Amino acid sequence: MTAPLLEVTDLATHFHTRAGVVKAVDGVSFSLRKGEVMGLVGESGSGKSVTGFSLLGLIDPPGRIASGSVRLGGQELVGMPGAHLRKLRGKRMAMVFQDPATTLNPVIAIGAQMRMALEAHGVTGTEQTRERSVQVLTRVGIPDAARRLEAYPHEFSGGMRQRVAIAIALLHNPELLIADEPTTALDVSIQAQILAEMKSLVAELGMALIWISHDLATVSSLADRIAVMYAGRIVEAGPTAAVLRNPRHHYTQGLLDSLPARAEPGHDLVQIPGTTPSLLSLPPGCAFAPRCPRADAACGVMPELLTEGARQHRCWHPLGLEVAA
Amino acid sequence: MLGHVIERVAQALLVMLVMSMLVFTGVYAIGNPIDVLIGPDVSQQMRLDTIRAYGLDRPLWEQYVTFLTRILQGDFGRSFVFGLPVLDLILSRLPATLELTLMAVCGAALIGVPAGIYAGYRPDGVLAKVIMAVSILGFSVPTFWIGLVLIMTFAVELQWLPAGGRGETATLLGVQWSFLTANGLSHLLLPALNLAFFKLALLTRLARAGTREVMLTDTVKFARAAGLSEWTVLRRHVLRLIAIPIVTVFGLEFASTLAFAVVTETIFSWPGIGKLIIDSIQSLDRPVMVAYLMLVAFVFITINFLVDLTYLALDPRLRKARA
Ligand SMILES: Nc1ncnc2c1ncn2[C@@H]1O[C@H](COP(=O)(O)OP(=O)(O)OP(=O)(O)O)[C@@H](O)[C@H]1O
Ligand code: SF4
Ligand SMILES: [Mg+2]
Repeated sequence: MTAPLLEVTDLATHFHTRAGVVKAVDGVSFSLRKGEVMGLVGESGSGKSVTGFSLLGLIDPPGRIASGSVRLGGQELVGMPGAHLRKLRGKRMAMVFQDPATTLNPVIAIGAQMRMALEAHGVTGTEQTRERSVQVLTRVGIPDAARRLEAYPHEFSGGMRQRVAIAIALLHNPELLIADEPTTALDVSIQAQILAEMKSLVAELGMALIWISHDLATVSSLADRIAVMYAGRIVEAGPTAAVLRNPRHHYTQGLLDSLPARAEPGHDLVQIPGTTPSLLSLPPGCAFAPRCPRADAACGVMPELLTEGARQHRCWHPLGLEVAA
Repeated sequence: MLGHVIERVAQALLVMLVMSMLVFTGVYAIGNPIDVLIGPDVSQQMRLDTIRAYGLDRPLWEQYVTFLTRILQGDFGRSFVFGLPVLDLILSRLPATLELTLMAVCGAALIGVPAGIYAGYRPDGVLAKVIMAVSILGFSVPTFWIGLVLIMTFAVELQWLPAGGRGETATLLGVQWSFLTANGLSHLLLPALNLAFFKLALLTRLARAGTREVMLTDTVKFARAAGLSEWTVLRRHVLRLIAIPIVTVFGLEFASTLAFAVVTETIFSWPGIGKLIIDSIQSLDRPVMVAYLMLVAFVFITINFLVDLTYLALDPRLRKARA
């Protein structure tokens, strides 16, 4: 058993807003081996992006990492001086975002943007930066890359723009890539293409990938493991097949029931009743209790994250494990 | 691109033509210059002769056509007061105002933009709060008052800097400039500071607002995620993204200061065109007024055009739209 590449323990990221402390991430733990793909799933506002930004140390005030530990290759990142952290960002760990229309700088040619990212980690010189840029652009499927270096983001389609952003993230062959819903803003057919390409890239580069999505279906085709987030906590984690086939947490079950592919013919999609709770006023126990069909008095106390083999769940009445009373 | 330039030049010519009509009729309406030209004690005959000599008895449209024809030949007439060709008169005063304006506007930009970027980058810092407080002062205190305070402080009390005049000048390209000599520069400093104050406040606030907005965008977050240093993010990304409104205001401020530096020029007895125009209005020196207003229109049009060209250089999306 090799040591994990990434080890996140009890990570908590809070935003100190006027209305109160928003516990966007509250006690998240997981680990990731080299080359492993983890899907991070949850509804909007559950804290997926904040988790990703926390790993990179990109939390701006009023937010801050309140506690916990993030270790990359054994090295502690929480509390590391900004200048050291910067040297890891883009080099050993990288991130791509949801909307390629806003991530790339609209007024700088993509070749120049790639060059900046290369120079940030000591790769300099016109020839060298050019060569590496063309190489990576070609790898992510930009045709005629050498000629496209002078082009500006608006001259690319949405899918191509996202490929450019992915290329920038891959310039230094990072060990860890965090992809924050990188296909959500794209057409369905482009989504499938990029998903397939990501799969082959991960296999080829031996890179660990955290694929953030609110869509279980997208994640299931890609991820080795799935972690489900709800209101800043991981409520269930485990190997993809196991989680999809036998979900433990009632929220995961709800997400599965709302997948179009699972709908019984002739029946409407089942939506989870209620809405995501406000992070400012979470109930003391299980945050899902107000929406959970199985909730009872016990759920008023926060359930611990329990481990069973390769799986974990945070529920008093886990599906498929309860002894019929 | 070339088509765009030609279109802009045609527009500019049209605007100048309209301006010339407005200016000519406007100035015509404000008074009879004949009393300036000759004393009250001359004979009636002489008065009529003078009116005829200057063509003041002709109908308005005819005077305008004559005026326009002359302008097109580069002849703006002679100043009633100084007896000199108007063009020479204005050109002899223009460098003084030009160097004053350039120093004020460029100084304001060189200090205000970095200060504003800093204040937007660290909005909660002490220095940012100081910068913003100073900028509020720059907005709310009138120019003439700041000018007087500057003179009282630096010229009268401390006696570090002279209170007025251009000081020694040196010749460059056949024109006299103050900024080329140490003495001239010391004369230039206070009036330039006075003029710069408002612009400094304006550019600081503009840069700060832009920076605050841009810092929150995914573009900056993505650049940081790629490992760019904060300095590179500010210099290469933020500065580029906030540049367009700054260039716009810079251009407008430059043009309006060049045209209307009159308060500062009066306080510091700076012999620029601002003083010239005030004097010419007082003495109803019609040719000077007309030529001056035409010059102002020309300056605004030219600067707008340059600002527009800068947009194209700054934003590739506009280049595409105009191609
Ligand atoms: N700068 C901030 N200030 C205050 N609260 C914040 C800030 N950034 C994020 N949050 C809060 O953190 C919570 C989690 O946000 P996050 O962006 O991680 O959600 P997400 O799971 O990525 O959702 P989505 O699917 O919409 O991207 C949200 O409720 C949000 O209100
Ligand atoms: S702990 Fe209780 S409320 Fe929460 S998911 Fe489990 S059964 Fe539902
Ligand atoms: Mg998100």
